[in-house]
Amino acid sequence: MSQTKGKKVAVPVNDQGLESKVAPVFGRATYFCIYDLETGKTEYVENAGAISQGGAGIKAAQCVVDAGASLLFTPQCGDNAAEVIRSAEIEMYQSVEGTVEENIKNYQAGKLALLESTHAGFHHGEK
Amino acid sequence: MRIAVLSGKGGAGKTLIAVNLAAAAGRSAYVDCDVEAPNGHLFFKPTHIKKSEVAIKVPILNPLLCNGCRACVDFCRFNALAYIKETVVVFNDVCHSCGGCVYVCPQNALSEREIPVGTIQSGFSKGVSVYTGELKIGMPSGVPIIKKLLDAKDLKQEVYTVVDCPPGSACTVMESIKDADYCVVVAEATAFGLHDMKMVLELVRLMGKPHGVILNKWIEGEASELTETCCREEEVKLLGKIPFDSTLGTLNSNGEIVARVDDAYRAMFSALFETIKEEVKG
Repeated sequence: MSQTKGKKVAVPVNDQGLESKVAPVFGRATYFCIYDLETGKTEYVENAGAISQGGAGIKAAQCVVDAGASLLFTPQCGDNAAEVIRSAEIEMYQSVEGTVEENIKNYQAGKLALLESTHAGFHHGEK
Repeated sequence: MRIAVLSGKGGAGKTLIAVNLAAAAGRSAYVDCDVEAPNGHLFFKPTHIKKSEVAIKVPILNPLLCNGCRACVDFCRFNALAYIKETVVVFNDVCHSCGGCVYVCPQNALSEREIPVGTIQSGFSKGVSVYTGELKIGMPSGVPIIKKLLDAKDLKQEVYTVVDCPPGSACTVMESIKDADYCVVVAEATAFGLHDMKMVLELVRLMGKPHGVILNKWIEGEASELTETCCREEEVKLLGKIPFDSTLGTLNSNGEIVARVDDAYRAMFSALFETIKEEVKG
């Protein structure tokens, strides 16, 4: 993975720190860990989707876009959020169970797969 | 007088009871709000059908006018809009058609367009005005159709209106019972039916609706007893019990309205209707 210049990764987490686990649900994670692949620096942005009444995935994806990430590691992703992520040309990888750090190492070793399928969401369109 | 019939569990007998209460009432209106699977019309076989479309409004962007201020994105509490690559993306299936984004846009870059979400139909069947809502396949919410159905001008003139609600206890059900004077909770005499009856009882209490229970598919046994005990303990009026009966089952599955073709059931549903009227009068 040579082309890391200025590339940032977003990872949904519920706690700060590279040793914290990847959050199981993208839209409702407390923070996004934004990791700079070039400098190794991390910052945390709050996920406004976490407390949203509806459309949490869209809001969460907006936070990832606004944080300037070009990669997203997540265990899964809803259709609407995925549309935002894809429109922003952010590459989506399926995270493996474990910490943020382990996932970054896996990615750097070329061991993370692209997230190919997304789900219809958890609300089945109820309003 | 508006009577809503709801159940939580699907297949508990909402349509059976709603259709027969409306038929027993004589001059009345029956409104099928189960817009994902309306079937009351199969029993009433109404004539003089009038049909109209229901549409919802969703925002559409004029990208030439948008200056990227994000006022719309920040305003929408349902997050139906996102700002990506210097343009606004609209998620129609999350939009609640409030028009707020159009209102707050300082550039007048957003306007509203209509998209069809379903139909409403009205017809007539031996004294009963029959209203049916039907959601278009793939549309996310039946609420706009239910709103339009229950707001129909002709409906306001009816003395007795029976509303056949969707199953469950979600927004479509809340919309269906919103203006009801009384809620008839249909409980199926099974453990599953009891569980979902409790969910619906919680909802009608939350919405402050007077209510009572009809126990359907009643047979002697543990499940029926549990349901009756639950009604006693929670001080809910048991309006009546409908037996698990093959005559009823056969007529009903043949699309007949039992209160119109069977004397015993006509008497039963007339009595139920009278009981409910008394309850409403309090």
